[in-house]
Amino acid sequence: MPKLAAKILITVLIGGFLGATLVRFAPGFGVDEEELDSRLSAGSIQALQATRATEPNLFVFYFRYVKRLLHGDLGTSRTLQRPVLQLVAERLPETLKSVALGLALGWSAGFLLAVAIVMSRAWYLDLLGSLLVGILLCLPAAVLALLFVLAQAPSRLLLGLVVFPKIFRYSRNLLARSSALPHVLTARAKGLGNTRVFAWHILPTAAPQLLALFGVTVSVAFTAAIPMEALCDIPGIGQLAWKAALGRDLALLVNLTMIVTLVTLVANSASDLVGKTFRVSEA
Amino acid sequence: MKWARAAAIVFLLAVSAMCLLANVIAPASYAHQFRDDPNASPSRQHLLGTDDLGRDRFARLLYGTRVSLLLAPAAALLTSLLAAFIGGTAGFVGGWVERCVMAGTDLFLSLPWLFLLITVRALLPLNVSPMVSVLITFAMLGCLGWAGAARIICADARALAQSDFILRARASGSDGFRLLWRHLMPNLKPVLYAQFWISVPVFILTEANLGILGLGVAEPLPSWGSLLRELESFSTTSAQVWQLVPLILFIFVVSSFHLVLTKEELQV
Repeated sequence: MPKLAAKILITVLIGGFLGATLVRFAPGFGVDEEELDSRLSAGSIQALQATRATEPNLFVFYFRYVKRLLHGDLGTSRTLQRPVLQLVAERLPETLKSVALGLALGWSAGFLLAVAIVMSRAWYLDLLGSLLVGILLCLPAAVLALLFVLAQAPSRLLLGLVVFPKIFRYSRNLLARSSALPHVLTARAKGLGNTRVFAWHILPTAAPQLLALFGVTVSVAFTAAIPMEALCDIPGIGQLAWKAALGRDLALLVNLTMIVTLVTLVANSASDLVGKTFRVSEA
Repeated sequence: MKWARAAAIVFLLAVSAMCLLANVIAPASYAHQFRDDPNASPSRQHLLGTDDLGRDRFARLLYGTRVSLLLAPAAALLTSLLAAFIGGTAGFVGGWVERCVMAGTDLFLSLPWLFLLITVRALLPLNVSPMVSVLITFAMLGCLGWAGAARIICADARALAQSDFILRARASGSDGFRLLWRHLMPNLKPVLYAQFWISVPVFILTEANLGILGLGVAEPLPSWGSLLRELESFSTTSAQVWQLVPLILFIFVVSSFHLVLTKEELQV
């Protein structure tokens, strides 16, 4: 456990350093729309640039950033003129609510459909599921969000639709492979019922890999939260990131990316840990 | 499913040919505004009508599709080359190089894809032309999409580096770059091929997401993102069904890319 926590911390610190490097040396660093205003004289533009001048040394720049971070200061959003921490605290619960609901919906629908197809071996169900998943995989999350707005459907369900095809495809393949294993065939030949075969022989074989998928789906759901919140007007961190990108608020964007990376890493590590524990107890 | 694959390839070729001949087929340039005819319904002159600025929707669809169909494969090629170089070298060299590269890959994979993209997009200078913005958008996709493919290629390269034919090549005096270039890389071709075809629809979808959010290709140059963004003005009460044509074409093109790979190739 401490090793895992150290790994996450190091990853986030390196990620933060790379983020800071990216921001510091980006061609658009310290530039905004005001500088393109033709009414401003060269002197005014220089004065504007001077107000945004920061530490030229990257390491000092990053050291100061981490020092501030350790004191719980993530900086101030340039566009919204409010502390980043305050903005995140306000908006993160909204996104977490959407992500949790989306994951619950996507996992239950995808997994149940996969189980129904593998256990019933009904070709028409398989065809229906594959067609549905095929169409959903071809639709960007932003288009789904637009369609939800047009249909006035509850927008929080959208993340479920984004996660569903991934869960369905992976679970169906995994369960189909597990159900073709020799010990499962033997169990069937001995006359065990469908439910018992599934619960005792198929699910335990597929469970560790299914658990590993959980971390990936958390990342997918957070990513899809940007178009969902931006287009459906949900005040979460996805919408905040979108507004920050449009306003070139780099401090806010990098902090948001770091926070989402941290959440993703924790989810990935947790699912890996549960998967490993499961394998050990199975052995 | 051989017939589905063949149909997908024929469809993609037909769409690509139409887009390449956009200059001949389209009634006007994608930016030309028919000022007397904004929001026009489909007619003989404007097959899909015009948008609110009077631009021909059919022309914009052809040019927009051309942008995505030319640049998404280019970005996928860039991704595949980066993945081949990074993953192939790490798997071939092994040891601490492989561990470092894989740690970097893990870090890259942990970063939320769209968050990273919009951050990088926001870092670019403000005064870029539409053509530069489209090139930057797809170059960015190509440069950021290598991590997943590099992991797979690294695992394959590691397995190949320990295979008999590589041992024989080493024994006959081949080493270093020659071994990597002449013996290892040709054997990684099937994996690279599969990764290329998997990346193309992913990049098309991502560009569409960025475009709809207003962070993709700059106007007036059309792309699927900006074309699909017009769905915002689609009204369910006075439905103009022709506005859905870009969405339908988009679904067909992306699903065709999904069908190009066979099951065996996907499992490589």
